[in-house]
Amino acid sequence: MSAQASGATVEPGVVKSGAAGSAVFPGSDSRKYNYFEPKGRKATHYEDMTVDVQPDPERYLLQDWIISFPDGTPTYSKDWTAAKSSNWHKFRAVDQEWERTHYQRQSTICGMVQNTIENGRKSGAPARFDPAWVKILQNHLGAYKHAEFGLGTSTMQAQRYGYTQMVNNAILTNSSYKLRFAQDITLYLSEIALDLPGFDVNAGKQHWLEDPIWQGVRKSIESVMGSNDYLEQYFATNAVFEPVVGELFRSGFLMQAASAQNDFITPAVVSAAEADYERNLANTVELFHILGTDAQHAAHNIALFNKWLAKHAELALDAANRLQPIWSQPRVKVVTFSDALAQAKNRIRGIAAELGLTVPAILS
Amino acid sequence: MSASLTLNKITAQKGITIAEAANRVADLGWTPSYVQEAMTFPTDYKISKTPRDPMKQVLRSYFPMQEEKDNRVYGALDAALRGDMFRNVEPRWVEWMKLFLAIIPFPEISAARSMAMVGRLAPGEELRTGFTMQMVDEFRHSTIQMNLKKWYMENYIDPAGFDITEAAFGKCYATTIGRQFAEGFLTGDAITAANVYLTVVAETAFTNTLFVAMPSEAARNGDYALPTVFLSVQSDESRHIGNGHSMLMAMINDPSNHQLLERDLKYAFWQNHAIVDAAIGTFIEYGTTNRDKNKESYAELWHRWIYEDYYRTYMLPLEKYGIKIHHDDVAAAWDRIVKKNYVHKTAQFFAVGWSANFWRIEAQTEKDFEWFEHKYPGWYAEFGDFWKWYAKLSVPGETNILFNSDVGYVYPHRCWSCMVPCLIREDFVCDEVDGKIYTYCSEGCRWTHKVAFAAEYEGRATPAMGRFSGRREWEDCYHGWDIADAIKDLGFVRPDGKTLTAQPHLRFDAKDMWTLDHVRGHQLGSPLRGFRALSPIEREIAVADYRKGFTINPCH
Repeated sequence: MSAQASGATVEPGVVKSGAAGSAVFPGSDSRKYNYFEPKGRKATHYEDMTVDVQPDPERYLLQDWIISFPDGTPTYSKDWTAAKSSNWHKFRAVDQEWERTHYQRQSTICGMVQNTIENGRKSGAPARFDPAWVKILQNHLGAYKHAEFGLGTSTMQAQRYGYTQMVNNAILTNSSYKLRFAQDITLYLSEIALDLPGFDVNAGKQHWLEDPIWQGVRKSIESVMGSNDYLEQYFATNAVFEPVVGELFRSGFLMQAASAQNDFITPAVVSAAEADYERNLANTVELFHILGTDAQHAAHNIALFNKWLAKHAELALDAANRLQPIWSQPRVKVVTFSDALAQAKNRIRGIAAELGLTVPAILS
Repeated sequence: MSASLTLNKITAQKGITIAEAANRVADLGWTPSYVQEAMTFPTDYKISKTPRDPMKQVLRSYFPMQEEKDNRVYGALDAALRGDMFRNVEPRWVEWMKLFLAIIPFPEISAARSMAMVGRLAPGEELRTGFTMQMVDEFRHSTIQMNLKKWYMENYIDPAGFDITEAAFGKCYATTIGRQFAEGFLTGDAITAANVYLTVVAETAFTNTLFVAMPSEAARNGDYALPTVFLSVQSDESRHIGNGHSMLMAMINDPSNHQLLERDLKYAFWQNHAIVDAAIGTFIEYGTTNRDKNKESYAELWHRWIYEDYYRTYMLPLEKYGIKIHHDDVAAAWDRIVKKNYVHKTAQFFAVGWSANFWRIEAQTEKDFEWFEHKYPGWYAEFGDFWKWYAKLSVPGETNILFNSDVGYVYPHRCWSCMVPCLIREDFVCDEVDGKIYTYCSEGCRWTHKVAFAAEYEGRATPAMGRFSGRREWEDCYHGWDIADAIKDLGFVRPDGKTLTAQPHLRFDAKDMWTLDHVRGHQLGSPLRGFRALSPIEREIAVADYRKGFTINPCH
C-alpha cells in the first residue's frame, strides 16, 4: 500500500504512517521469516508458526542451554531417545497443525459427536439397541476408553522430550486427540446410560482391570506408557498398537458390527478417532521415514525400529488375539475376528514396508 | 407462543451434570500393574494428597470455547487491517514488540512441555484433565503469538527484526533473560519448575503485568491487535492459576514440604520480579507515547497486580499453613521499582546497547520527561541528560553511545542469576560458587545461584534441583570482538548486508540509518573476565567503586 493510498501525510523525512509501504528504506520489504529453509518452495503457515520456536545450540542458541538438570543434562537433550538423526530439524508434521487448525478440528469433532448423541437420544435410539450389544458397549467399549486414555497420557509425557518444536508439537496434538477421544467415549456411555436402565458405567473400568479379554491390551498399553524413550512411545502408539489393536477394535469391530445391532450412534462417535489416527499416522510415518533414511544413522535407526516393532508387535498381537471372544458376543454377526485381524496385519505390514522395516514373522 | 417458551426448553433433554462428567473423566486413569510407568522428571517434594480440579471442565466444552475465542481474535485482526490500524499505530510501541514477541512464544511452549513434568507427579487423575487443557492452551499461546508477530511483520512499516525473530531470540543479549524465565519452567526439580515457578508465581502473579497491563498500553498506542491476542491468552490463565493452586494445596499440608516451598516461593518471586519487571516495565514505560498523567505508571500497576492482588490475597494466606512468606523480598522488589529506578535503569541499558539490538529505540523527549518526573520524582535529575545524549548521538557519524566516553555511562556487570545486568549499582554483590567468582545484581540473585540451585538446602539433600549452566554472560561470547563483526555474527543486519537492523531513532529514511561502518572500530569485552582477574583486595575496591555508581555528564 502506498503512503498516498493510505491517506498518510508525508513530509520530506517525516513519515506519519506506521503502515507497510509508507516509506522505502533498507529492509522495508523483508516481510517473511527468513531464518529457516521451508520444506517446499515457500514456507507454509504451519512452518512459520512452528519452526525454531524451540531453539537449540545448533540453531542460533548462542549461549547454550542455561539451566541443566543436576546430572548436567541440558533443558533438551538428544540422548532422550536411542534414535539418532543428522538433522532433527528436518521433520515437518504432515497434518500442518498449529493452534487454530487444531481447535477448529477438535471443536468440529466435539460438535459432531455431541449432535449425534443428542439426536440419537432424542429419537430414543439407545432403547432400540440390541440388548447383547448394550452389554458390549458397557463392558468392552467401556474398557477400551482406558486404552485411549493411556495413549493420551503417554504422548502427553512424550511431548516434553523431543529435540525440536516440530516433533514435540506433533506428539502434543496426538495426545490432545487421544485424550479427547477417551473423554468422548466416557461421556457417550454416561449419556446413553441415562436411557438404558441397568447400564453400569463403572463396568468398563472393571473389565479393563480384571477381564482376561482386556489384560493383553492393558499390558500392551502399559508397555507403551512404561517406555523411557519418547520416540519408542510415539512409534509403538501409531506404528504398532493403533493398526493391530486400535483400528482392529474400532473399525474391525465396533464400526462394522454396530449398525446390525440397531446402533447408528457408536460408529459416528468412533469414526472421529479413525480420522484422528490417519493424521497421527501420517506424522509418525514421516518422522520415522526421515530417521530410517538418515544419511548417517539409517542402519542404526532401522535396527532400533525393528527392535521396537518386534517387541510391541508381539504384545499387540497377543492383545488382539485375546479380544477375539468379543466378536462372538453380538447377536447379529456381520464380521469375523479372523477377517478383521487379517486386515489389521495387512495394515501394519503396509506401515512397516513404508518405513523399510522387517515385518516380524508373527504378523505374516 | 408462550412468552416463557424458548428453543432451549423445547430441545433440552436430560443429561449428565458437569460435576458427574468431570468425575467420570477423572476415573479414566489406573495404576499400572504389568509395567511400571516410565520415569518422570524427579522432585524432592512429597505429594501425598490427591489434588482436585477446581474448574471441572471437560474437553468437549473446552475445544468449542477455545475455537470461539480464536474466532474473535482472528476476526479482530482482520478488522484492525480493515480499519487501517497501522496508519495510526505508534512505531515506538511496535518496535518493542520485536523484542517482546521474539521472547514470549518460547516460554509459552515451555509451559506446555512443563505439563508433562507435573501431570504425572500428582496422585489421582482429576487434575490431569486440567493439565491437559493447559498443555493445549500453551500450544495455542505459542503459535497465536507467532501468528501475531508474522502479522506485524507483514503490515508494519519496518519489518526488519520481525523477519529474523527466532534466530534473534537465540542470540540477543536481552532475549537470554526470557530464556532464563522459560527454562526455569521445565528444567530441574519438576515441582519447583512446573508448579511453583511457572504456575504459582509466573502465571498467578506476573501474567497480570504481562498480559493485562501491557495490552492496555498497546491500545493507547493505536495497537488493537496485541490486546486482542493477549487478553484472549490471559483468559486461559485463570485455569492455569487454578491448576497451580490445587497442586500447591496437595503439598502444603505436609510439613516436610515447607522448607522447599519457602525456598521456591522466594526464588520464583525474586527471579520473576527481576526478569518480568525489567522487560515489561520497560515496554510499558518507554514503549509508549501516551503521557496521560492520570494513567497508572508501571509502579502503580505493580502495586495493584503484584502487591495487592498477589502478595496480599494469594501469598499472605499461605501463612496459615505454616509457610514463612518472604515479606522482605516483596518490600525489596517494590523499593527497587519505586526508589531505585530498576525499570528506568533497564531502559537506559537497552538504549546504551541499541546497536546490538534487533529493534529500534527512539529517544525520550521533553513530553516524556515531564511525565516521568510527575510519576517518578527525581527522574529528570538522573536520566534527563542521558536521553538528551541519546537523541544527540542518534545521528550516523556520531560515536556509538556504547563507547562514547563523553556520556559518562559505565557498562554494567551481568547478573549470573537473572541475567539482567547489575543495574542498581549499590546492590551489586559477588560471591564464589564451586571455586569461581560470579557477579549478581542483588542479594536475592546471589542467594538463588549459591543457595537455592544447589545439591543441598539448609542441610537437606535436594538431588532433583537444577543447576545454572551455559555461557550465561552474553558479553563473554563476543569478548575481544569488534562490535561490527559481532552484529554481523548475530545476524542483526538488514538484507542490504550493511544497514543495522537496530536504529537509535524512528526515522524511516536510508540516509538516517546506521550501517556496520558507522559502528566499526570498538571492541566488546566481558566485564566478568576482568573482574575474575583481580586480586581479592583489588576486587573489594572494584566492588566498592561499582557500588558508588556513575554520573551522566551534562548534555548541552
